[in-house]
Formats: sequence, C-alpha cells, structure tokens
Amino acid sequence: MKDTVLNILVDLTGSDEVKKDLDVNLFETGLLDSMGTVQLLLELESECGVDAPVSEFERSEWDTPNKIIAKVEAMTNEL
Amino acid sequence: MINMQPYENPEYFLWLSLALLPIIIGLLKGKRWRIYETIVSFAFLFLIFDANKFVQGLALIGYVAFEMCLMFAYFKYRQKRNDTWVFVIAVLLAIFPLVIVKITPVFEHGAASIIGFLGISYLTFKIVGIIMETRDGMIKSLDFLKVLHFILFFPTISSGPIDRYRRFIKDYDTVPSVEKYVNMLGKSVHYIFLGFLYKFILAYYFGSVLLPQVSALALAHGGISWYLVEYMYVYSMDLFFDFAGYSLFAVGTSYAMGIETPMNFNLPFISKNIKDFWNRWHMTLSFWFRDYIYMRLVFFLMKKKLVKNKVNLANLGYLTLFLIMGFWHGVTWYYIVYGLFHACAIIICDVWLRFKKKHRDKIPSNRFTKIFAIFLTFNLVCFSFLIFSGFLNTLFFMKH
Repeated sequence: MKDTVLNILVDLTGSDEVKKDLDVNLFETGLLDSMGTVQLLLELESECGVDAPVSEFERSEWDTPNKIIAKVEAMTNEL
Repeated sequence: MINMQPYENPEYFLWLSLALLPIIIGLLKGKRWRIYETIVSFAFLFLIFDANKFVQGLALIGYVAFEMCLMFAYFKYRQKRNDTWVFVIAVLLAIFPLVIVKITPVFEHGAASIIGFLGISYLTFKIVGIIMETRDGMIKSLDFLKVLHFILFFPTISSGPIDRYRRFIKDYDTVPSVEKYVNMLGKSVHYIFLGFLYKFILAYYFGSVLLPQVSALALAHGGISWYLVEYMYVYSMDLFFDFAGYSLFAVGTSYAMGIETPMNFNLPFISKNIKDFWNRWHMTLSFWFRDYIYMRLVFFLMKKKLVKNKVNLANLGYLTLFLIMGFWHGVTWYYIVYGLFHACAIIICDVWLRFKKKHRDKIPSNRFTKIFAIFLTFNLVCFSFLIFSGFLNTLFFMKH
C-alpha cells in the first residue's frame, strides 16, 4: 500500500523528493496543488479502492506523504 | 429603539464585553453556559435587525426558515438515496435567494432587493457547504439547534470568516481545557486590539482622510493621472485594513466564546505570486471557492473524462471560479473584469511555475528575485483592486 501511494505521489509531483522525505509538506513546497489533489483522490480510488470524496480532504490532514499513507491505510481497514 | 451594527463603534465593544463576561467566566471554570450563550446570540442578532432594519430582519427569518427546510429535507432524502439531479436542485434552491438579491439591482436601477439582508452571502456559503458535505456523506447527523447556531453565529454573521459545519460543531460540542482557553483568550484580546488599530486608525486614515482627497484630485484631473495611481494604493490599503480589521474582531470574539473561527488574512501583501496571494487574502472565501467549486468541478470533469488536457482543465477551473466570484461581488462590469483579471493572472502564474520547474537550474533565485516577485505581485493585486473599486467606472463613464 505504502509503495502504491508513493508511486502515485512521484507521478503527480514529478519528483523523487516524496520518497526521500516522507514528512515533506506537499502544499508549502508547491509539490502538490488543488489540481494535483484531485488527481491524487482519483488515483487513490482506482489504484487502492478507497473512495475519498472532496469533502474528506482537509489539507492539514493530507499534507505529507506519511499522513496520506496513514489516511489511506485507515480507510482500507474500514472497508 | 436601539440598533447596533457589528463592531461599528466603541460602544458596541462595551456591550459586547459585558455580554461575553459570563461566557468567559464559565469557560474559565470549564463550563459552557449554552442557554446564556443562545440568549446573548439572539440579543445581538436582534439588535442588528431591529428598528429601521426591521424589513431586513423579516427577510432573514424567511430566509432561514426556507433554508432550514431545504437542508433537512435534503439530509433526510440523502439517508435513503443519492441522485445527482436532486443534489443539483438542492444547491440551486439554496443559492436562489442570493441570486435574486444579486440580480435585482440590475433590473431595478440599483435598488436593493426586499429579500436581502446583511450577511445573506455568508449564510448561503455555509448552507451550500452543508448540502455538499451531506451529499458526500461526510455529515452524518444534522441537529436542528446546532445548525441554527452555526449559520447564525453572531460574531461572523455580517461578513464571515466562513466556517465549516463539522469544524464549528467540534468546537461547540466541547469545552476547551482551561489551559487552552486561557491561551485562546489571550489571542482574542490580541486580535481585537489589533483590529482597533487596523479598523479605527489605519482604515480610518486611508479610507476617510486620504481617499476622499485623492479621489477628488483624480476626478478633477480626469483620465489617467498620478492621482489615479495614488488612489489605487490608498484604496488597496483601506480595503485591506478595513476588512482585515473587521475579520480580527470576528475571530477575536469567536475565540472568547471558545470557538476557533478560522483566520481570514495572513500577510497578503508579502505574497510571492498570485496563487500565494489567494492563500493569504480573504482565505475562508478563497478556500470555500477552491474546495466547493474548483476542486469539485475539476473532480467531476476529470472523472467523466470530459476534458483530457490537464492544463486546459485547470484553466477552465480557474475561469469558472473567478467568474463566479466576480458575479458574486455584484453584477457590474468591474467586478466581472476583476474576476477575469485574477483568472488570467493565475493561468499565467501556472505557466511560469511549470516553466520554472523544468528549468530550475537555469533560473536564478536570490534575495533580489524574491523581493522583485513580492513587488510585482503587490502591484498586480493593487491594480486589480483599482478595477474592483469601481472608481474607473466613475472616472470614465459617469458625469461628474
């Protein structure tokens, strides 16, 4: 799961930085923007099977690779 | 009869602090006196909409009754089914009163609609938020009194900041620990006093002392002049300090009541580009537009694969967002041009950011380029505010 999420992030940000630093702030560094976020939600839906609506997305809870992985793991466990 | 508009003068703050005192004492003791809180909220709402504002008061009651029925009907429906067309109709009905209020002046020679009242926009934003999150299944319970408290929360009723239902209720349902509340109370006092500086000193100086002078000079000179440039900067400063001052009062008052209403401004004039600016200027409004319009539109178009190219998709989102924001400010050419101006600025900003990403090693980045970026953004923003002010309309298209 972790690798899937990280690969999606590498794809979206076009940078390996997300793999090197799992606590990098994706929004402050400009790696991810609103557009990238929507892509992320759609990719997570198709690759990991988690259905995260836009309302679920609270920036402060999704702003680092580690937090996103934790979120996705929590959501898969709920299924 | 006494009428008190929010934060209008020192007297208001006197009454406000007296009314808040029991709430503050309660929270310091770790208790929320909800009945007293409700009475205070009701009293302050009453004082906004009584006496000569009586008609607005009636409009507010009618509006709230209509929107409450709508929200609860949709919530009830959503527990059983989830058709897109029902959701679309619910949103259209929710914004219908606001649309009428915005369109009426165009057809009635500038006269205000009878169903309008102070704060209708901000109430509508909160309500549409509730409907959208109900649709997404994120709002799992809707409590009648809590929804009323949320949409009619008196410190933010007139002009925001725009809070979110789930966030507000989390604060409202809990009592902050005494340690945390003491901290919040400190912030509350700090915000309110900073608000005094912004609103009653700086905004007064820029808006009531300087602005009439430069306005008269620019009009007397006519056309494009240095006075017009002066007007642009003076107006921008007035706009910021007036609204940021008001927002500080609203956030400060909320904090004293144990509610962490989100901040509206974060040093917008040091933004390094237009995108950064919208993350710092009237934040609760821009985040509302980002989350409820831009992201949802892009999500929908991407999922249905209606627009393939990512850049076109983002640009379409920006244009939609800022056009709606322009129309929301009012149906006049200068508000709509203001929206288009910002849409274009963000689209160009994105082109630049993509270019920079590709040629990172070749583009210098140092103190000078950073200062230049801030300078450029500041001037672009001030120019957009000149459009927004409507002064160009007065200057070029009206007899004076």
